[in-house]
Amino acid sequence: MSTLSPTMKSSAEYTGGGRRRVMGVVFLALAAAIWLLFARTTQGEMVTTFTLNPGGSQANFPNLEFITLPVLHAIAFVCALLGGYQLVRGFGTRTNAILGLVAALFIFAFLSWVASGTSLNLAGLLRATLIRAVPITLGALSGILCERAGVVNIAIEGMMLTGAMVAAIFGSLYGLWVGLLAGVLAGALLAVVHAIFSIKYKTDQIVSGTVINIFSIGMSSFISAKYLAANRQLNNPGIFPDIQIPGLAEIPFIGPILFSHNVFFFSMLLFLALLHFGLFFTRWGLRLRSVGEHPKAADTLGINVFKTRYMAVILGGMMAGFGGAYFTLGSVGRFDDVMTAGRGFIGLAAMIFGNWNPFGAFGAGLLFGFADMLAARLAILGVRVASEFLLMAPYIATMIVLAGVVGRGQAPAADGQPYEKEGH
Amino acid sequence: MPPVLELKTITKRFPGVLANDRIDLSLERGEIHALLGENGAGKTTLMNILYGLYQPDEGEIFINGRQVQIHSPTDAINAGIGMVHQHFMLIPVFTVTENVMLGSESLKMGGILDRRAATERIRQISSAYGLEVDPDDYVRDLPVGVQQRVEIIKLLYREADILILDEPTAVLTPQEADELFKIMHSLTERGKSIIFITHKLREVLDIADRITVIRRGKVVGSTTPKQANQSKLAAMMVGREVDLSVHKRAFTPGADVLTVQNLKVGDDRGQIAVDDVSFTVRAGEVLGIAGVQGNGQTELVEALTGLRPALDGSVRLLNEDVTRANPRRITELGTAHIPEDRQRDGLVLSFPVADNLVLNTYYQRPFSKGAVLQQATIAKVAEERVNSFDIRTPSVDTSAASLSGGNQQKVIVARELSRPVKLVVASQPTRGLDVGSIEYIHGRLIESRDNGGAVLLVSSELDEIMQLSDRIAVIYRGKIVDVLSAQDASKEKVGLLMAGVVRTATAKKASLGVKPKPKAKASSKTKTSAKKAAQKKKPSRAAKTTRRRKDS
Repeated sequence: MSTLSPTMKSSAEYTGGGRRRVMGVVFLALAAAIWLLFARTTQGEMVTTFTLNPGGSQANFPNLEFITLPVLHAIAFVCALLGGYQLVRGFGTRTNAILGLVAALFIFAFLSWVASGTSLNLAGLLRATLIRAVPITLGALSGILCERAGVVNIAIEGMMLTGAMVAAIFGSLYGLWVGLLAGVLAGALLAVVHAIFSIKYKTDQIVSGTVINIFSIGMSSFISAKYLAANRQLNNPGIFPDIQIPGLAEIPFIGPILFSHNVFFFSMLLFLALLHFGLFFTRWGLRLRSVGEHPKAADTLGINVFKTRYMAVILGGMMAGFGGAYFTLGSVGRFDDVMTAGRGFIGLAAMIFGNWNPFGAFGAGLLFGFADMLAARLAILGVRVASEFLLMAPYIATMIVLAGVVGRGQAPAADGQPYEKEGH
Repeated sequence: MPPVLELKTITKRFPGVLANDRIDLSLERGEIHALLGENGAGKTTLMNILYGLYQPDEGEIFINGRQVQIHSPTDAINAGIGMVHQHFMLIPVFTVTENVMLGSESLKMGGILDRRAATERIRQISSAYGLEVDPDDYVRDLPVGVQQRVEIIKLLYREADILILDEPTAVLTPQEADELFKIMHSLTERGKSIIFITHKLREVLDIADRITVIRRGKVVGSTTPKQANQSKLAAMMVGREVDLSVHKRAFTPGADVLTVQNLKVGDDRGQIAVDDVSFTVRAGEVLGIAGVQGNGQTELVEALTGLRPALDGSVRLLNEDVTRANPRRITELGTAHIPEDRQRDGLVLSFPVADNLVLNTYYQRPFSKGAVLQQATIAKVAEERVNSFDIRTPSVDTSAASLSGGNQQKVIVARELSRPVKLVVASQPTRGLDVGSIEYIHGRLIESRDNGGAVLLVSSELDEIMQLSDRIAVIYRGKIVDVLSAQDASKEKVGLLMAGVVRTATAKKASLGVKPKPKAKASSKTKTSAKKAAQKKKPSRAAKTTRRRKDS
């Protein structure tokens, strides 16, 4: 999917021998994990049942049933085979795609193990994964907008939180759409603050972002405790209803997973496509990226570095505000203290994991959304994996990425560096 | 017909400096006009004014006889002015096409990039002017010489008629520079006009139609290559007679100071960079290591100074084996190191000059007593060194970062040579420096030699090697291919050795086991240079310059 984006394509060309071996070992380790952790604790005759109809769906689709053990063995064998090939010959430029495949196989094996002897609603899990990925991906898109233009924005968490609260209040008073708009504007407002600090006054961008995060937590908690708790009518906006895409929503299995969501999910897909196209195929994107890579070069070609950065950061703030509104208007229906719970930071992790590319970030968002969803569900299923470990998964994955194991990340070259114009 | 460009009484003041003082300059159509001056003379400031990056305090700019106001690079581009900056303004992760079109993009349907149209135009430009480049390549994969072509294409893409090239040869190998000069001629043949900024005298005489010399923000004179010679130009630039020749005492080498045997060193990627190298440097001699950049010089110097582990072989300094010694031990044995990258390895830029002057001895008396630095002593000694080494700095408390390149280098030289040293390892000691500083640093190196020190000079400037060395070792792809005495060495001979073309009888013995064909991409540059040298381009050029040097 991201073969179209130039940076992604070329980073694959730099696949060194060391990385090839590391990836091979990773594949083999996953195969071993399937054998040791899952297959060994599974009795021979146990059956895995996956329900393929999400809850509440009318469509009737038969359950997927199979005997667990042979499937686990088969998956582990395939993973080991891929690992062996990777070690000996290497998949070259397709390594990342194979990594995705192995990860998917591993997750399937894990779920089969969890569901052995009982049944698991696979369609429901997938749908929940997509929903959980929405705020993470929106946060990542916000980060991409800012960082591609060279401004580090760790204030996404704070922007989301403020957006969530403002959206809840305005949504309660004037309706959902006004609430949504207000949430977006609240994000933009904080972004203006961040932009002025980091672009005009050249403050350290991490400090500026941290300040906004702390301010947002304090301010929203204060307003929540002081006003929202006392006036329930200020914190009861309701949520956007699901939209059924006519025709598509009736497709069995896929329909309820993909085509029956609220406005946030479909907007996220739209923003994803728009941002990818905008960044890599339009003048707007070329200039935005040039400012994040080499602002002086852009300046000498007549591009206004400051204006471009302001524009990018404010758009990023609006995106974060939109993502924040999801929590109150798209998910819970009211504002709770610190309800974003680090999703903005995970969004940044997804941005890095996705190599500053929108679709890459979406892929990472899905992965992190899956971990997020599992953490919530597995406790209910009574599985013997502590949910805290699953919540750690996004951060651990990001650290592995930053260490360069999965591939050399390519941050924009001027990311986080204020631009100083000379001679004026 | 009025000149293409005319600058009248351009004046620019920076706080405390008059960078340009009523400068007049005119550029005729189809002309290469060299703007010559030392670093900091105001050349780049003047061009930044012309390109709209700075605003002049006074003065007028005329293009084709019409007065124009240039407030921004956009105005300059619209007026047909283009500039190749000294540090390239290219985005490594963009393709050539993206870099070229940025800022004046080809569009379809409003805002969508039309890459195909842009690529097509780039191909046209590149074939029309002989600027060979693949528009789909990523800039980061291109050698420096090709990147420069991309910069020139950028200007032509914007239909610039006036091209400003700011120190274009500073980053090029001699072969790439020759290539650039050809391109410059093909540009002027098609009616483009070029302002060529440089401080290299030889290049000016080779390529310019007219020469304007700037000193301390003022035009001090205009001339043509026919009327000028190197020493005349140098005198105009510096404001006094400059002695371009080096005076040294007769060559009376003493005992071996540095003995390198079968040294093998790896580079950062784990490849062999220095391959089985042996040589000695004796007291009272300068051994020059000549070679095109990237043939293992960096790794060799780092291994000798303890900054990089040797894989094999031995290094002996005054009868002590220092192959595995740490840098401090090597320093204490009497080694001075003038590193290749003065800003990265030679100075702590954010430290004041005084601290930088004692970086190698700060822990010893009198600069330290126990764990306490003696600031008063350090300041006093620093003052003395600033005076005796002619370092131009407002005070010893000024940070090293705010000094000019020449003065930064003098700080390093002052620190390294202010104590009794047995061996000086100088790597590219004058790269990017002005004539005055070069003269000074050469003088200091020769002084060390005359006082009985051993000097190892690593340089990719052939002129420098030829001037200073008593013996010349040529390094090519990590091996010393030959060692010549100064009398035997001609520029042609050394140039061919540097390109890896010819080997003398002694070298054949030394280079047994050389892998015959280069496979790695990195060696393609040396390959082409070898080809060029074989076509006898280099010798004829070298001969020309030797003639000029005799003239002067």
